Amino acid sequence: MAGADSVLRVRDLKVHFPVHDGVLIRRQTGSVKAVDGVSFEVGRSETLGLVGESGCGKSTTGLAILRMTPLTEGRIEFEGQDISHLSVRRMRPLRKRLQMVYQDPYGSLNPRMKVGDLIGEPLVIHGVAGDQDAYRARIQELLRLVGLRPEMAERYPHEFSGGQRQRISIARAVALNPTLVLCDEPVSALDVSIQAQVINLFQELQERLGLSYLFIAHDLAVVRHVSHRIAVMYLGRIVEVAPRDLLYRAPLHPYTRGLLAAAPLPDPSAERSRAHEEIVGEPPSVVNPPSGCHFHPRCPMAMPVCAQRAPELTAAATGHAVACHLHDPSRALDIAASGLAA
Amino acid sequence: MQRPVLEVRNLAVEFGAGAGRVRAVDDVSFEVNPGETLAIVGESGSGKSVTALSLLRLVPTPPGRFCSGEILFEGEDLLKASDAAIRCIRGNRIAMIFQEPMSSLNPALTVGLQIAEPLQLHGRLPWARAFDKARELLTRVRIPDAARRVNTHPHQFSGGMRQRAMIAMALACKPNLIIADEPTTALDVTVQAQILSLLKDLTKETNAALILITHDLGVVARYADRVCVMYAGRVVESGSAQDIYANPRHPYTLGLMASIPRLDQDAVDRLTPIEGQPPDLAALPKGCAFEPRCRYAMDRCRDERPTLEHEGGRHYRACFANVAC
Ligand SMILES: Nc1ncnc2c1ncn2[C@@H]1O[C@H](COP(=O)(O)OP(=O)(O)O)[C@@H](O)[C@H]1O
Ligand SMILES: Nc1ncnc2c1ncn2[C@@H]1O[C@H](COP(=O)(O)OP(=O)(O)O)[C@@H](O)[C@H]1O
Ligand SMILES: [Mg+2]
Ligand SMILES: [Mg+2]
Repeated sequence: MAGADSVLRVRDLKVHFPVHDGVLIRRQTGSVKAVDGVSFEVGRSETLGLVGESGCGKSTTGLAILRMTPLTEGRIEFEGQDISHLSVRRMRPLRKRLQMVYQDPYGSLNPRMKVGDLIGEPLVIHGVAGDQDAYRARIQELLRLVGLRPEMAERYPHEFSGGQRQRISIARAVALNPTLVLCDEPVSALDVSIQAQVINLFQELQERLGLSYLFIAHDLAVVRHVSHRIAVMYLGRIVEVAPRDLLYRAPLHPYTRGLLAAAPLPDPSAERSRAHEEIVGEPPSVVNPPSGCHFHPRCPMAMPVCAQRAPELTAAATGHAVACHLHDPSRALDIAASGLAA
Repeated sequence: MQRPVLEVRNLAVEFGAGAGRVRAVDDVSFEVNPGETLAIVGESGSGKSVTALSLLRLVPTPPGRFCSGEILFEGEDLLKASDAAIRCIRGNRIAMIFQEPMSSLNPALTVGLQIAEPLQLHGRLPWARAFDKARELLTRVRIPDAARRVNTHPHQFSGGMRQRAMIAMALACKPNLIIADEPTTALDVTVQAQILSLLKDLTKETNAALILITHDLGVVARYADRVCVMYAGRVVESGSAQDIYANPRHPYTLGLMASIPRLDQDAVDRLTPIEGQPPDLAALPKGCAFEPRCRYAMDRCRDERPTLEHEGGRHYRACFANVAC
């Protein structure tokens, strides 16, 4: 999927926020390593799902790609161009092809603008609105594309339900024919019956327009459904990447396994027969993360090395990579010796 | 047959007046037995929280109004009880846990003090004993280092630990009924699993009844014995969790099941959503509120509102259509 035809390439991305104390004389006392060495690619017309619990750095990763937060280290390539150091101004022409949709369909739309103008705004900003007729026709076309009626152009956002507002945000995002859309929890605030409508819309648009998505979410079932490949994040790092069905059928990282076990299935019979092995504790603070593998204090399989050294993300099978000492080929012998492989 | 702890009959609660009048809870009936977990499931605005708040008469009146119904708790109608009697039941024989624990915790007081207070008040324990009890309870809800934590303030707790403290507080007076309104919606999935299994274990130990309000069909499947499905203020289907999932009989329940992406199955090409928009409580149709979105709708559904009818066993539904599944 990824490779030569990748739309987005992220290499060793780090975003660290300084932490200060002192009121009069501010001293930097540490840093929040919100994103700490993340690498991935998104292929053309591909959806890469990014999952993990709150605070693991998903949104910050998205903001760094949009160049809306400074990056500490690493490289971001969009359509082959290095955008790691572009200013907001130099980013602007690229933003035609790199768009986003956020979780909050209430906060992200200007309540004083009519829906038609909201959808047309990107066209105006980028100077591609054309004459009045062309502009109107394009707005009508976009409304239909996202499943709204053309006459809705004359209404205001507050007249719409949450699902419809999310359709409006999507129409705005696709107005300029982007190649990549970053979606940050785009269906998390919606009720399930409406969520399904919006998920279907994302998939239809991908097929019709050849879009690529970086799809950020915490709901594992939603991510399984929409993604081609999935990356699991924990405390600023990617711990596992795999094609979607493989990740769910054969998860390798103890954190991925724990996440999947924690998520309840909508099936009472299956739930009754299922072992509910719990991950203990809560995600620790990013200000002072655990040494070595960040997950080791909560990991049921932790070994001494896990507290000492952070495991690298390494290939375990085609398209399946994991960052875990249990799956480090060079350690296979030690693990066998300690009986943990059984 | 054991006697239910709580029986709700034909409860109706309204807000507002004139064109803005909404019936948030409409003709709702259900019961819970000791040791049983009843889930109330439904999408936002379906009346779950108003139902929960009604049970303890915590709905603000005005703007709210109880229009009809009975809430029989251990045989006594709470809608007719005096304010003093209700205050005595709240937090004592019926406890409530909310989604946002900080809304019920006092940031200025230590956690221990807040747990000890009802024990001293309702349980008539001397302060020192109540305080020991608070420490025991924090240990029971598996808060690590409880002896020290009992003297700390809520803001020093993580989200999951606050919810554990809320559970400790809820359990303090050994209530016969616990109402938990979306207790884990704000928490991550690993912490959610810990909190809900804790709640389930502790209620099992004390044989308390648990009403678990949620919008998550996975949570219902894992933790509930019985389920009420709500839509636009009404219960549209109820039954054992096994029955509701294996044999849903209301078109809305069927629609919900088809809408959810599955974690336990290979991805399908497309989900099957429920078409249309959520209902507007201020402008409900004359007939069934789900009719505009229903695939099985008939003429009768537009004119007449179906009531909850017995389907066999403990299965009830409010629908005229013949639903094949
Ligand atoms: N501007 C900022 N300054 C300091 N810390 C931040 C900032 N933005 C995010 N963080 C911290 O970075 C971590 C990751 O946040 P975020 O990317 O929002 O996580 P997610 O989207 O996975 O929930 C969190 O601990 C958050 O508090
Ligand atoms: N304090 C209130 N004032 C006016 N209307 C209210 C109030 N609380 C609830 N409602 C009405 O009751 C409906 C049901 O609310 P609620 O029980 O909170 O839904 P749920 O918990 O299922 O999401 C809301 O849509 C709203 O119209
Ligand atoms: Mg986020
Ligand atoms: Mg509610």
